[in-house]
Formats: sequence, C-alpha cells, structure tokens
Amino acid sequence: MIALLTRDLRLAVRAGGGFGLGLAFFLIVVTLVPFSVGPENMLLTKIAPGILWLGALLACLLSLDRIFALDWEDGSLDLLATSPLPMEALVSIKALAHWLTTGLPLVVATPVFALLLSLPEAGYFPLVLSLLLGTPALSVIGTFGAALTVGLKRGGLLLSLLVLPLYVPTLIFGAEMARRGAQGLDMTTAMMMLAGISFGVIALLPFASAAVLRVNLR
Amino acid sequence: MMPELGKYAEAVLSSYAVSIMLIVVLVVASVTRARRVKRELESVEKRGRENAEG
Amino acid sequence: MASIWQYANPRKFIETTDRILPWVAGSSLVALVVGLVWGFFFTPDDYRQGSTVKIIYLHVPSALMAINGWIMMLVASLIWIVRRHHVSALAARAAAPVGATMTVIALVTGAIWGQPMWGTWWAWDPRLTSFLILFLFYLGYMALWAAIENDDTAADLTSVLCLVGSVFAVLSRYAVNFWNQGLHQGASLSLDKEENVADVFYHPLLLCIAGFVLLFIALLFLRTQTEIRARRMRALLARERLG
Repeated sequence: MIALLTRDLRLAVRAGGGFGLGLAFFLIVVTLVPFSVGPENMLLTKIAPGILWLGALLACLLSLDRIFALDWEDGSLDLLATSPLPMEALVSIKALAHWLTTGLPLVVATPVFALLLSLPEAGYFPLVLSLLLGTPALSVIGTFGAALTVGLKRGGLLLSLLVLPLYVPTLIFGAEMARRGAQGLDMTTAMMMLAGISFGVIALLPFASAAVLRVNLR
Repeated sequence: MMPELGKYAEAVLSSYAVSIMLIVVLVVASVTRARRVKRELESVEKRGRENAEG
Repeated sequence: MASIWQYANPRKFIETTDRILPWVAGSSLVALVVGLVWGFFFTPDDYRQGSTVKIIYLHVPSALMAINGWIMMLVASLIWIVRRHHVSALAARAAAPVGATMTVIALVTGAIWGQPMWGTWWAWDPRLTSFLILFLFYLGYMALWAAIENDDTAADLTSVLCLVGSVFAVLSRYAVNFWNQGLHQGASLSLDKEENVADVFYHPLLLCIAGFVLLFIALLFLRTQTEIRARRMRALLARERLG
C-alpha cells in the first residue's frame, strides 16, 4: 500500500502537471476575481473566504481526471485490480495521493493568496482550518467521479458535472466556517458539519468508488 | 369569464403558460420517440426474420 | 427464428402497460384539466398573495413529482443492484427526463411566484436552491447514461451514482438551509403543504397532484417501453453486425 502511495506521489511530482498546475490555477482565479468584481477593498474583504474556497475547489477539480487516467491507459489499473490489495484500499490510496499533491499544497498556499484578497486577520486561521478539513472530502468525492468516468474520452466535462453537485455540502459548510471565522462569529456548527461530512465521506465513499471501478474494469 | 388577476396577471399567466408548454413538449417528445423506436424495432426484427428464412 | 425476446420480464411489462396506459393517460388528462380549470377559474384570491396563489396548482404538484421522481429512480436503482431486473434499470433511465422537467416547472413557477414577494426574478431561498441542486443531479444522471455505450455498464454506474447522489442531495438540503437561515426569514415563501392550505384551495390542489402523479406514471410506462425496445434493437443490430 505504501509502495503504491509513494509511486503515485512520485508520478505526480515528476509529471509536473498536477502539482504546480493546481497552484497556478488557484493563483489565476484569485487574480481574476478583482478584475471581475472591482478592486474595492471592502468588497474583496467580504468575499475573500468564499472566493478562496471556490478557487481551491476548482483547482482540485482540474486534476481529478488524472487520478486514474495514466494507470488506465497503460493497463496498470488492471494489474492493480488483480493484486491482493482490496479495491477499496486502492481507491483510498489514490484519493490520498491526490490530496497530498493537490489539496494540501493549496491549503499551504492559501494564506499567501488570501493576502491578495484582503482577507481580515481573524480569517486566516478559520480559512486554513476549514480547507484542511474540507479538501480531503474533495479528493475522495473527486476520486468517485474519476472512477465513474475512467476510460471515457473527453470525460472531463462530464466529470465536473457529476462531481460539482456532490461538492456543494462541503463547499457550503467550509465557506461558512471561513466566513464566520473572519467575522468573528461562532463557527462551531459549520466546523462540525464540515468535519462530519469529510469523515463520513472518507469512511464510506470508497466502497462506492471501488464498486464503480470494478464495473469499469470488467 | 377570466378571473380578476389584477396586478399579478403577468406572473400567473406566464407560470401557467410555461408549465403547460413544458408538459406538452415532454409528452410530444416521448410519444414521438416511442413511435419511432417501435417502428425501427419492427423493421429490424422483420429483417432478421427474412435473413433467417432466406 | 421467431421474434423471441431474450427476457420474459420486459415482454410482460410491455404487454401489461400497453393495456393500462390509455386509462392512466386518460385519467391524468381529466384530473389535470378539471383540477387546473377549477383552481384557476373558481377559487378566490389569497388576501396576502393575491391571485399568485393560483400558482400553487402547478408549483406544488410539480415539486412533489420532482422529488418523488428521484425517489422512484433510487428504488429502481436499488432493485437493479440487488436483483438485476433490466426493466428496473431502464425504468430509472426513463423516469429521469420526466423528473427533470418537473424540477424545471417547480423552479420556474417557484421563481415567478416569489417575484412579487421578493422583487427579484430569482432569490436564493433555501427551497428553490435545493430544487436547483436537484436539477443538477438529474442532469448529471442523464449525462452519464448518455455517455456510456455498454448497456449493463451504464446501468451499473448510473445506479451507484443515483445512490450516492441521493445521500448528497439530502446533505445539500440541510447545508442549504444552514446557508440561508439568517436571511429572508420573514419573507420566506410559505409553500409548505404542511401549512394549513385553506379548504377552498385544497380540493382542486388534490386533483392537480393526482393529475401530475398519473402523468408521471403514464410517461414512465411509455418511456420504459421505449427503452426496452431500444435496448432490444441495439442487441439485434449488434448481432446483425457480427453474424
């Protein structure tokens, strides 16, 4: 299992695409927002938590189709399926690798990007914590979507259509937590719900992802 | 005959119009497709029978 | 080779539905016409909402069917997963566009109904927002069916999607309520059927609900027949190409 994880991590970093691309996309989104809503500081301060969450979510979305793509194309996915590793573990490792190479870097980079959007000081900790709690769910849910569409030519758009509605609860609670924290309001409910969803998703969704992957590998 | 819809006439009428139109489109599309598929299936089955006999 | 259906179940389905479809469609038409005419022409205005209250005869039934349609798809998906009856999988596929249309009707009538109250053509009221999300789920489901060539694979994948989607749809409902609880509290649209709908509105509303339910069933029967035949045709064409 560890071997699979390190292999995926090495692939992601070497391919270059996933790792830096997600961060670059995040930066682009953050840069484009003031162009579309105007540079007024008061406005940016208010929407900063939401925009940062949205940017992180979209950056995650970008890299989803690569979760299984390489292994599918060269046949190693079939090999992995016949290995003694249970399918549920396989998809979980894949999700973990995705989070380590996409979600986690985003969480680390967020404070820097938050500067660009005049996030209030009180907002930094809630934002980072909410992303830390929420991005794992994004990776696990994204893995489910990737398993559904693996092998489809140009499945990228369909993948987004399937995954984005599933992202809504995490986005709502994550952004709410960040927003309330920035305003100094009580954010415990949002945080509990966010954490609850993430843990539930991590524990249960791999079963669905595994079932779906098995179907596609038939 | 027309009830006094007052200032909300536009809202009420447009909602009825849109809803009924959507239902009609759905029904017409479903019926058209049903007929087409039934016809095509019959011709494919007929072809299969003729090929088997011939 | 006689016209042998590979599956006895689908044939019986078509035979049975062929017989009762005209009755279901007919009663649906009657219920809808009577209900809508009664509601539109022969009920008074609400003292608060004026004549816009007449929109409930379309909004409530369509909203109900939007949700019930998804629930039916969920049940059908479960039956497919457990018992592998093709008719179930095809019925779920057939129901989706109907449910999606119901959702659109609910959204449009809901938005129009809210406009005089809120002053805007769209407001992120929790109820309306939840229906918008439900519409996205419908779209994704239909898109997945359309994207997969192999029938059995498509049935398997879409049924899992329906299951997972159902859980997230419920989660979204709670999330959206949480998200919009602070605002619009007083002006929130009183569309709850649990609320006391005055008797004078109640009976035509029941008729309209019945009409929509029967319409859904009629379309479901018709469309599932079409799916069964289309599947049969694909199988025959595939065989032709090979042999």
